[in-house]
Amino acid sequence: MRNKRGKFPYRRMLSSLLLPLVFCLLTFFFYPTIASSQQENENEELLVLPGEMGRSGGRLIVSLRAEPKTLNPVTSTDAPSRDVIGAMQADLVHINRATQLTEPALARSWKVSADGLQYTLKLRTGIKFSDGHPMDADDVLFTFRVYLDEKVHATQRDFLIVGGKPISVRKLDAHTLVFQLTKPYGAGERLFDGFYILPRHLLEQPYREGKFDQAGTLVTAASAWAGLGPFRLKEYIAGQRLVLERNPYYWRADLKGNRLPYLDEIVFLFVPSADAQVLRFQSGEADVISRLSAENYAVLSRQQRAYTMVDAGPGLEYNFLFFNLNDSIEKTSPEMLGKQKWFRSVKFRQAVSAAVDREAIVRLVYQGRGAPLWGPVTPGNRRWVNASIAHPARSLDRARALLKEAGFSWSNGPSGDSALIDPDGKAVDFSLLTSSSNADRAKMATLVQDDLKQLGMHVQVVPMEFRSLIDRVMQTKEYDACLLGLVSFDADPTADMNVWLSSGGTHLWNPSEAHPATPWEAEIDRLMERQLAAPGYEERKKLYDRLQEILAEEQPMIFLASPDILVGAKTVIGNFHPSVLEPYVLWNVEQLFFRNGPENDRR
Amino acid sequence: MKLQSSLTRWLVVLGVLHGVVACAGFLAPYDPTSQDRKSPYLPPMRIHLVDAQGHLQVRPFVYPLSLREGTFDQYREDTTRQERLWFFVSGDRYSLFGFLPCRLHFFGIENTRGYLLGSDGYGRDQLSRILYGTQISLLAGLAGAGLTVLIGLCIGGVAGYYGGWRDDALMRVTELFLALPWLYLLFALRAFLPLAVNPLEAFFLIVGVIGTVGWGRPARLVRGVVLSAKERDFVRAARGFGATDGYLFRRHILPETSSVLLTQAAILVPQFVLAEMTLSFLGLGVPEPVPSLGNLLSNLQQYSVLASYWWMYLPALIMVPFFLGYLGLASTLQKRGDAYKIERADFGSLP
Repeated sequence: MRNKRGKFPYRRMLSSLLLPLVFCLLTFFFYPTIASSQQENENEELLVLPGEMGRSGGRLIVSLRAEPKTLNPVTSTDAPSRDVIGAMQADLVHINRATQLTEPALARSWKVSADGLQYTLKLRTGIKFSDGHPMDADDVLFTFRVYLDEKVHATQRDFLIVGGKPISVRKLDAHTLVFQLTKPYGAGERLFDGFYILPRHLLEQPYREGKFDQAGTLVTAASAWAGLGPFRLKEYIAGQRLVLERNPYYWRADLKGNRLPYLDEIVFLFVPSADAQVLRFQSGEADVISRLSAENYAVLSRQQRAYTMVDAGPGLEYNFLFFNLNDSIEKTSPEMLGKQKWFRSVKFRQAVSAAVDREAIVRLVYQGRGAPLWGPVTPGNRRWVNASIAHPARSLDRARALLKEAGFSWSNGPSGDSALIDPDGKAVDFSLLTSSSNADRAKMATLVQDDLKQLGMHVQVVPMEFRSLIDRVMQTKEYDACLLGLVSFDADPTADMNVWLSSGGTHLWNPSEAHPATPWEAEIDRLMERQLAAPGYEERKKLYDRLQEILAEEQPMIFLASPDILVGAKTVIGNFHPSVLEPYVLWNVEQLFFRNGPENDRR
Repeated sequence: MKLQSSLTRWLVVLGVLHGVVACAGFLAPYDPTSQDRKSPYLPPMRIHLVDAQGHLQVRPFVYPLSLREGTFDQYREDTTRQERLWFFVSGDRYSLFGFLPCRLHFFGIENTRGYLLGSDGYGRDQLSRILYGTQISLLAGLAGAGLTVLIGLCIGGVAGYYGGWRDDALMRVTELFLALPWLYLLFALRAFLPLAVNPLEAFFLIVGVIGTVGWGRPARLVRGVVLSAKERDFVRAARGFGATDGYLFRRHILPETSSVLLTQAAILVPQFVLAEMTLSFLGLGVPEPVPSLGNLLSNLQQYSVLASYWWMYLPALIMVPFFLGYLGLASTLQKRGDAYKIERADFGSLP
């Protein structure tokens, strides 16, 4: 390198002499403190994580689609909050996003009683919150008391109600807890994932005073908030950014015993639009990007520079079309009853399914970066997908044959196109709701509309604001058909309990039924209940496979496609192993690090 | 004389443009809703006269584009196949001017679908969609303008002619309408209407909504003209001879307003076409798969489309000659109106 100024060459000499000197001094001053902190935590049980050995330091910049609404894990519902909280909190047992299996976290080990009703968890010793306060069984007791308290309105509360009764927690000693269930729970210790252990020393008082929802908001001072995750709050600037810093008390270490995380800081920037996020990532202002659309992924891959783009394969999102099968609509119009006659016909639904061109959806909507679906379990959910479900290719002939069997016929319209006529002589036309804010689903709806036109069905696509759409589907039930997508939060079937149980609130085609409306819905109920109680994976898988078969046969939902999880990161970031489960990139945030490189030196 | 010829010129220009759009079915090679899912975002095909070997061909032809393996929107020209362009071919069924069932198209391409202006994300022919879309948007603009001028004439005429409290009341209402933030009013109006409307209903809704919102200005203008007209000597003379209100209005006052009304109409048509485009752009207009200009442009809301496929901008350009035509016509009409007045004023001052 040439000295540009040229006039003062001694400056360089001076600095090259000074730097090592400063470094030596620094080591001299700081060494004793490092040593003493290690001494202090002698009985601390660090959890060693396998993975590439990293390098400490650096600041990771992540852009979020919106500002997180809260830092309180109990009351959070939105994705940005979840992303931020995930980096600040820890749970007892954690689902490894890569293997999709459980692994010990704050609980060192757990034992399940023979009847499957009692879980005995042993906590790690010497663990501290990010403010240095020690964690013990009382924090866990407090945590579950809060999650179970109806007044707190915890979003995850339902998962703690197993078999109609809340689970109870008991403390054996300072590091041992017993969780008592009234019914066996199939997913087992997966239950504990996502129940972040709260700092009792900070939250007990607000909880007692009934001010729990005011704790852990964004305006909370960094010193008044703590967690057990790899990072802790540093600063929040409204409308701009949220900065987290390294938690010096974190309880995970790498293979050489270095305490994680490697990064010094994470900066969450608030970048409202997907396109703006792409631009930031492109210009190097953000280090990682997730939840990319296929179009943006293609743009970024084409002009690949100093970043790696990864197609992690289909995630757990499944998009589908369903018809209004509600039987409890208050003021059902005769017109609606006539339409429901079609929708209730299995052959009609099968015909629609046979006519839908799933390959085209994947190609045109996801630019080929997705998977066609014939069931709710995506290929990304390797452990639970029923591989024997048939994947019939699109066939208009089969669709027409099915409709004919169900008594439908065709008439020649005035302009030469044939219209489908039902057994009562009425032309088949219905509207299809879709969320106006989701371009992908709007596109799917247009494709489905054209597919069904070829069967003589007249479909009108109605784009609608998401909230009013949900209101129509769940509350007023005034709709014909709807195109929606769901994302399972976990690979385990229990995650979708609410969708498949006929009494479930997300049983979209007929929510919260008092009694199963059809024999097959009753069978699905039984299967879901049985898989919940069944002891082993093998048996549960068999039951869940059967459920997938019923869905494929009865087609209450016509499954369309699942998008791939598309993410990217700068090449200098080590341990970048995106998963198909949320949070796609940041799930191993404690292990992410900046490799040696010019990029990193600049930092 | 000069004005007369420029008026004729603008009328011819507009006549030709509207003729083209009215014959959309004939000029468009395909049905605007038919999808070719193998060719999303296909770039415009080039029409060749000279082939890859440098030989001149008698008949224009295109080289078909085929998707590159493993890509979503990358095409290459297949120079081994020449697909010739034929004129006056039989193709998709359509109805000319909305009622004549017909199959004859102006041109077509052998063995393949030809996309002279590219295709959209579903492989629909952009040229056909633009032609049909312009038809709908223009029709909405024309009908909206007609409705507005009619309402404006009635209200302005009554207010100006009768005056007094009727004038006050009507003009306050007009001012209210002028002061309304009309775009948001359109949103609100559209939101109250049923969601699942078929394309035809949606079209009439748009026309109705645009027409009822925009009548304020023409009404005020008409009122002004009527106010001055009714005080003219010949009108007063006619009234003195016992002419009825209806006769006066029809025979003497209405002709006075014609130049103002025509000018207004010529200004309003492009405005209302834009209004329709805005509504459809925001998803409140004619629903998919029926094309309208706003509908076609709404694809550009996606950044990737904006950045990658330039031919998706064409629907915006297509309106430029129309708007120029209408504004040219409006300014000529205005000049003509003024000249007419001056001429008459001169005549009136002669001894």
